[in-house]
Formats: sequence, C-alpha cells, structure tokens
Amino acid sequence: MPREKLVIADSIERLSILDDKGQLDRELEPDIPEELLLKLYRYMLLGRRFDERMLDLQRQGRIGTFPPIKGQEASQLGAIACLEASDWLVPSFRETTAELWRGRSLESVLLYYNGYNEGTVIPPEQCDLPMAVPVGSQVLHAVGLAWAAKYRRQDQVVMSFFGDGATSEGDFHEGLNFAAVYQAPVVFVCQNNQWAISVPLSRQTATPTLAQKAIAYGMPGIQVDGNDVLAVYAAAREAVERARAGGGPTLIECVTYRVMMHTTADEPSKYRSEEEVELWRERDPLPRFGDYLKARGSLSEESAAAVEEAVLAEVQAGVDRAEQQMATLGDPLQMFDHLFAELPPATQAQKEALARELAANDREEHHG
Amino acid sequence: MAKMTMVQALNLALRQEMEKDDRVILLGEDVGLDGGVFRVTDGLIESFGDQRVVDTPLAETGIVGMSIGMAVYGLRPVCEIQFSGFSYQNFHQLENHAARMRWRTQGRLTVPMVLRAPYGGGVRALEHHSESREAYWAHTPGLKMVIPSGPRNARALLVSAIRDPDPVIFYESKALYRAFREEVPEEEETLPLGQPQVVRQGSDLSLIAYGAMMRPTLKAAEELAEEGVEAEVIDLLTISPLDDTLLVESLTRTGRAVVVHEAPRSFGPGAEVVSRLMEGAFHYLQAPIERVTGYDIVIPYFSREKEYIPSVERIVEAGRRTLRS
Ligand SMILES: Cc1ncc(C[n+]2csc(CCOP(=O)(O)OP(=O)(O)O)c2C)c(N)n1
Ligand SMILES: [Mg+2]
Repeated sequence: MPREKLVIADSIERLSILDDKGQLDRELEPDIPEELLLKLYRYMLLGRRFDERMLDLQRQGRIGTFPPIKGQEASQLGAIACLEASDWLVPSFRETTAELWRGRSLESVLLYYNGYNEGTVIPPEQCDLPMAVPVGSQVLHAVGLAWAAKYRRQDQVVMSFFGDGATSEGDFHEGLNFAAVYQAPVVFVCQNNQWAISVPLSRQTATPTLAQKAIAYGMPGIQVDGNDVLAVYAAAREAVERARAGGGPTLIECVTYRVMMHTTADEPSKYRSEEEVELWRERDPLPRFGDYLKARGSLSEESAAAVEEAVLAEVQAGVDRAEQQMATLGDPLQMFDHLFAELPPATQAQKEALARELAANDREEHHG
Repeated sequence: MAKMTMVQALNLALRQEMEKDDRVILLGEDVGLDGGVFRVTDGLIESFGDQRVVDTPLAETGIVGMSIGMAVYGLRPVCEIQFSGFSYQNFHQLENHAARMRWRTQGRLTVPMVLRAPYGGGVRALEHHSESREAYWAHTPGLKMVIPSGPRNARALLVSAIRDPDPVIFYESKALYRAFREEVPEEEETLPLGQPQVVRQGSDLSLIAYGAMMRPTLKAAEELAEEGVEAEVIDLLTISPLDDTLLVESLTRTGRAVVVHEAPRSFGPGAEVVSRLMEGAFHYLQAPIERVTGYDIVIPYFSREKEYIPSVERIVEAGRRTLRS
C-alpha cells in the first residue's frame, strides 16, 4: 500500500476586528444593537472596578484570596453576551465579569471570597453552574448539560469557560471529544491568558495555538483577539448560532493576558518580566472599546463619566450589602446544611454536639 | 543546627537527597521557577537545572502517571500535587498502578516514588484547598501514607520516603508550613516509616494524633496536666502501614485513649486506630475510646472552618469524659 496524503484541515482562522491601534475592520464589524454595546461597556467597567476594589478589600483583610480578572473583561463579556438567559453558563474560577453579566450579585462574589458557603448560591431563575476551582473539571459538565438539553429538545446552548492551563487536563480532552461525538450544543471558550500560575503557554503545549486542538476532535476552532470585544462577540455569536441550529460544538481560543497575579497569594515577579506585562497593559481591552464607542458616537466624555460614577456606586453598594450580610451569617451550624437532602442520623448527632458545645462556650463567655 | 520552618526543612531534605542521588527528580505544577506555590522547592531549579526540577503541564494524572514510568525505569521521582484536593484526578494512577506494580509483576517492577501534597485546613484557603483525605490512600493496599507534624520530623521522614522502595504519599500540613521553627541538623537524619513516637509521657490517658493535630493535642495534654491528669501523647507519623505496638503498649498502661484527626470521623484513620486498640488492649480498657475529629461533612468555606477543625477544648473535653467513666 502506498503512503497517501490524508486531507485534514491544516489551518484555522484568527479573528481580530478592532486592533490594538484602534483600527476597525469595517467589513467584519458585527452588527450589535446600541443598547447591547453600552451594556457591554458598562459591564467591562464594572468588572474592572469591582476587581480593583476586591484587591483593596483583600489587602485590608476584608476578604480572602481571590483571582483577579483584570485584562480579561472583553474575552469574557464578548462571549457571554451571546447567550440567552435560558442558556447555561459553566464557568471556571476567573469569569467574575461573565458571572455578573448573568446576574450573580456582587455580594455573592464577596461572600464566596470571604469564606461563606452562601456565596455559591445560584438564583432560582438562573441556569448556571457555580464556579469550578478544580481546573478543567467543569468542561465535561457542560457537555452533559448540553446533551440533556438536546435530549429534552430544548434549544439551549451551554457555554463553558476555562483557561489555557486547563487544556492540559484530561477532562478538557474528554469533554471536547464527547461533545463532538454527540454533536452537543456547547461553546468552549478558552481564556488563553498566557499563564497558568508560573507556567507560560509555551510550556503548557507544544502547539502554536490552542484553537487547533479542535481539529483533532472534529469541531470548528477559531482563535480570536481576546482583548477585542467585537471579535470575541462575533466568533461567539457564530458558535452559539451553530450550536443552537444543531451544528455541534465549537472551540474558541481568546488570546488575552493575565495582567495581575494568579491569585492574591501569588508573586509573579518570580517568573515573568514587568516588560511583558507592560506590553499587554497597552493592549487593554477597555479603552480600546471605549474609543470605538466614542468614534461611532455611542459614548461621549460626559456619558463615559456618568457610567464610571454609576459603576463605582454599584460597587460600593455591593460591598456594603456584602458586609451587612456577613455580619448576620456567622452561625457555624450552617456547615451541616445541604450535604444531603436529609442529614443522616450520625451526622445529625454531630451537629447537635457542636450546637451544645457552642452554647456552652456562649455561657462561659457570659459568665466568665 | 539551624532553626527552620517546615518549608525550609522539606527543602533541605530535597536538596540533600538530590545532591546525593541523581535518580531523584522533582516534578509538578509550578515546582521549578516559582519554587512551588508554598516555596518547598524554592531555589532547587537554580541548583539542579530543569532536567531535575521539572515544571509540568497542568495535569495531575499526567504527573503521577509519568512518575510511575520514571520510577519503574529506576529513577526516584518526587512529584508534587499542588494541593491534596487535586490528587483525585490522579487517583486511578495510584490505585491501579503505583500501588500494585510490584504485586502484579511479582516483584520484577517497582515504583519507588513519593507524592507530596499540602493538606488540611486552617489557612483561610479557597474551597477544595483544605481537605484531609488521607484515609483514601491509607485504605489503598500498596501505598504508604506519611504525615509529619513539624520541621524536624518532616525532614527526616521525607528523606526516608524518598529512599523507600515503594510508593509513599506524603501529606504536608499547610497550617504547619510556617507555623513554627525547630532545630534541624545539617547532617543527615532519617526516621523509619511505620513507627509512631511517644512525644509526651504520661500514665493516665493516651492521646493519639498526627500532622496538624499534634499541636492542639499537646496543648490539650498541658491543660489536662493542670487538672492533675498526665496524658501520654503519641504522634503516628505514618498512617499506613500502621504499627500499633506502641499504641497498644501505651493503652495497657493508661486504659484510656482519645484519637484526634482533622479528617471526617466516619471511616477515618481514627476508626482503624480504635479497632487496633480494641484488638490489642481490650482487657485493659477502662473507658470507651473517644474520637475527636472533623465532622462527616465537606470542610466548610473558611469563615466557619475554625468550628470544624478539632480544637484544644474539644480534645480536653473528650479526655475528661474518658476519665469520668
Ligand atoms: C485540578 C487542579 N490542579 C491544580 C489546581 C491549582 N491551580 C489553580 S489555577 C491553576 C492554573 C490555571 O491556569 P489556567 O487554566 O490557565 O487558568 P488561569 O488561572 O490562567 O485563569 C492551578 C495550577 C487546581 N485548582 N485544580
Ligand atoms: Mg491561564
């Protein structure tokens, strides 16, 4: 038998619409309603300001460790903006802005990062999973949700987020393979922020892109400029529409950058240069989008200032509400709630023992 | 002798074993340039290069599966799983391969690897970062499960674990990493695996604990001493294989015991310890053996973890109960 050439896709597309010099490709410019554009801008700013505020709170000891999202606002919001409320979001742990877009409250985020289990409660009307800390694990849940939606003939789409590091986990590969085999309506959104803690992308994978992994699983893959909210939106809309129409999954690689530390417990100067970070600060998605909106007459200096003011007030109100709630959430016995539909008798006895212990401590404090 | 934190002592153990033996290879997420997220491998890539301190892609199955291959080849991999809460990804590699390669090949191939992982609560960490699931590994035939309680024994046990001919799971308490310093000798020091130690002598009551629970347990012994009760305190050091000789001997003198661990109560290591005491010292028992443990729930997010983790008061109270009966 001869050695034959098998024809397999050997290229993928990279999409950029609004480049870092502010150049707009008019032909590719997506048709986004004005209202949605402004909402995107407001959430980008909210994501940014909330992140900054959380860093302050963490430094003041008012919340615990958290992973900042600064610089990744466009690659989260451009994608999530394409979902309907009835679709599903399956986040990792660095999609705070996307979660806010879906309706998660600021105080829920703060409760979570200050160690309260109440911070992972999903509002009843929302079709979302809570954030997933075990890297890559959530990718498969997205496939299961999508399979189930298809089985029930709901035209829901599931969007799963994960990082560049996550693409090394088996769960990622299994998830993509399953989704393609079942033609499940999933959009896989990789936040390629170039780093997995101290490990750069070049040590995570030998392939030049992450998007090309789609080819191996038999689904479309595309790389987009993740700091260009228009490009992210355009790619995600195409993927969501295809999934909803029964065309199966898509992998979108958003090329962005983790401008901040991995989490507040991390010290990036140990492993990367300030010059590299500086380079990416200049590619900040936020002013780029703001300039675009101003150029098309959707935003003015005054209206931008008004958005800024409103966002800061919203952040402050969120912090206030969170701190009020935390003052009432101390009860340790809550830790026994929701493990099972019904607490087994032996565990119930443990709960009662703790209750007695706490009551005794209280008495001691009052009398002692 | 230098005063060291547990992080520094572990680093010393790794450095010295790497200097002595070029089969020793470190691998894991962020163990190289970053020096590990807790800095246990700090400075080692600078000394030994990236062929011996290997930053891996983000995949625990990969890290452990690859370590098994390296060990079978004749190397001595010491892999780090960044948090024990992410060692479930590699569960099947340990259970199906590391633990039984020797047995399956009737002694021909062996897996002399060490898996190090930080475990336990008490440091205000995010969810999945605070668990104590040593029972999983202790329950797996073919694995050894070691948990040191301070800088000096951590160093000595890690050296022994690296030299051990079989796979060792080595849990390091995050709460202890920088909690206190101890004199750690520069010259080689080892401790045999599988041997508990008496760390305080007493004849009224045996307190048995390990890892992060040693400190509250010793504190409880001091408080009991103020009430005139002399508690013997035993540090297991190795959870599995569990050598009960010392435990049984202690109980024949004290007749009373409290077993302490942070892990959930049911089917936890304490259950095994109590069974061994029943089997070995039943006729000496003067009171039901007490357990002070984590509850049978997921350890809560950190605002409530203090009430989950066994406290000095809980241990003292359990001690008093055994003395009353
Ligand atoms: C299974 C698993 N292993 C290790 C970790 C520790 N950890 C948390 S985030 C992270 C890096 C993740 O990198 P990436 O997927 O690129 O996401 P990013 O943090 O950059 O958003 C690691 C190693 C974890 N949470 N889960
Ligand atoms: Mg990343």
